[in-house]
Amino acid sequence: MIDLKNLTIEKAHQDFLDKKYSCRALTEEYLKVIKQRNKELNIYLEVFEDALKQAEQADKIFAEGKATKMTGIPVAIKDNILFENHVVSAGSKILENYKATYDSTVVRKLKEVGAVILGRTNMDEFAMGVSTENSAYGVTKNPHDTERVPGGSSGGSTAAVAIDGALVALGSDTAGSCRQPAAFCGVVGLKPTYGAVSRHGLIAMGSSLDVIGPIGKNVADVETIFNLIKGSDEMDSTSIPENFYPKKNVAKPVIGIPRTFLKEGIDERILTNLEEVIKKLKSLGYECKDVDLPFVKYSVPSYYIITPAEISANMARFDGMRFGVHKDGANLNDDYFKTKGYGFGKEVKRRILVGTYVLSAGYYDAFYNKATTVRGLIADDFRKSFERVDLILTPTTAGPAFKIGEKVNDPVKMYLEDIFTAPANLTGLPAISIPSGFVEEAGKKLPLGIQFIAPHQREDLLFKIGRAFEIVRG
Amino acid sequence: MDIRDVENLAQLARIELSEVEKKNLLLDLGGILEYVKQVEGAAKAEKPKTENNIYNIWREDDLVARQFSRELILKQFPDAKDGFLKVKKIL
Repeated sequence: MIDLKNLTIEKAHQDFLDKKYSCRALTEEYLKVIKQRNKELNIYLEVFEDALKQAEQADKIFAEGKATKMTGIPVAIKDNILFENHVVSAGSKILENYKATYDSTVVRKLKEVGAVILGRTNMDEFAMGVSTENSAYGVTKNPHDTERVPGGSSGGSTAAVAIDGALVALGSDTAGSCRQPAAFCGVVGLKPTYGAVSRHGLIAMGSSLDVIGPIGKNVADVETIFNLIKGSDEMDSTSIPENFYPKKNVAKPVIGIPRTFLKEGIDERILTNLEEVIKKLKSLGYECKDVDLPFVKYSVPSYYIITPAEISANMARFDGMRFGVHKDGANLNDDYFKTKGYGFGKEVKRRILVGTYVLSAGYYDAFYNKATTVRGLIADDFRKSFERVDLILTPTTAGPAFKIGEKVNDPVKMYLEDIFTAPANLTGLPAISIPSGFVEEAGKKLPLGIQFIAPHQREDLLFKIGRAFEIVRG
Repeated sequence: MDIRDVENLAQLARIELSEVEKKNLLLDLGGILEYVKQVEGAAKAEKPKTENNIYNIWREDDLVARQFSRELILKQFPDAKDGFLKVKKIL
């Protein structure tokens, strides 16, 4: 029996070197957990048949003395990350049984070091959602309380790590989809700087906002994966090299708290938790200042103009012609209508139509142009604040995990879940969610998360403060 | 907004909708657009100072062989003939 609960990448690597167990044996342990719990929780859409073979390959790499930190480490990937010759469906019916025809760059990097990709995890369809309820394959249940959502859209990935059904996972984050479910599931989720990780092989949703993000049980593991997957890639022209952004010398980061933003509609317990966190940070000698982000309250509305606009373009390719599901109509045009009518879920249709509307003549200026202007104003707010502080601290979410079915029929209510997380995507800034405590409801302990936002390419500051906070949090 | 607007959008997006779907979308879209239009007021205020340093990245127009599984691609065509994708007639 391997103690999965207290396992970290570093410990697993040392255990492999000390021959405490093989890579194959460790993968078997995770497969056992998945077998026990996946039926109830619906975390994995598929466990890959070749997982053990991958683990055996990893053992070979150790035998040859060529192993690195991530060799043999069991990883779960979100169902929108391409792994050649494996099914990838973006949680949608329209890509049911679609097999990836190439490796995403992140998967190529995992394969190069011999990491073990266990399977693909459940998600909101095409990453559109905050609860994994929009999956065409059923919702994932939050392991902390199975009547509640795990968050979304990377709900499967965060739940997988939470139950020790993977040591680490990859998700994607367009408005908080790594961070919010990480908070709901009690794990760490990082949204890297836009462009820091190649999007080649990530099924696109909002191309100017999407980022692939690592998920783990602790900050150190998340940092390890980030260091593996980051880097510029000629296959993704929006990817950036190391040191693309100027780096300010920061001895001890000053933390900014946008107090005016932390007033309306936030659960009291979240605010209490935040104050406890601030107290702990102050005890470590961190200076905390108030910052003002006057335009950040427009993040959600501007996001829900810009992203549907990009979605309406990105979803056009799913037409049943060359790949995915094909529904037959009376003629070619009708093929398109029937395929999309059948294959796309409610939220996807909603967003495509909103996007089509805001980009159409007559409305383009009032909606899309204005939203883009507001996006720039929000970026200004952060830029000005980062002249005075080095990190910005907020809760990750406005409340703990909500109940399944509670918000799914109210789109705007769902959209407001992104209130603290969307700004980082609009501005391209890196942000991390770290477990910060629990609230109790009906005898169940529900995790909470706090979020740090850093200037562009300052993931190093996020990792540093994250590790410090983990120690003082206990 | 009325049902005809929803129908026009669905036409543009090539999505077939049932009557029930159209009615629900009309409500949803109404609510969403009502919520997001507040950006208009915000944008009136100022012009952003953050420089929009977006520029195009080009590559050389060289023929470089890439690794793609042609077989996998062809296998997933809904209908194919002699390695060509078969679709209904366009004209």
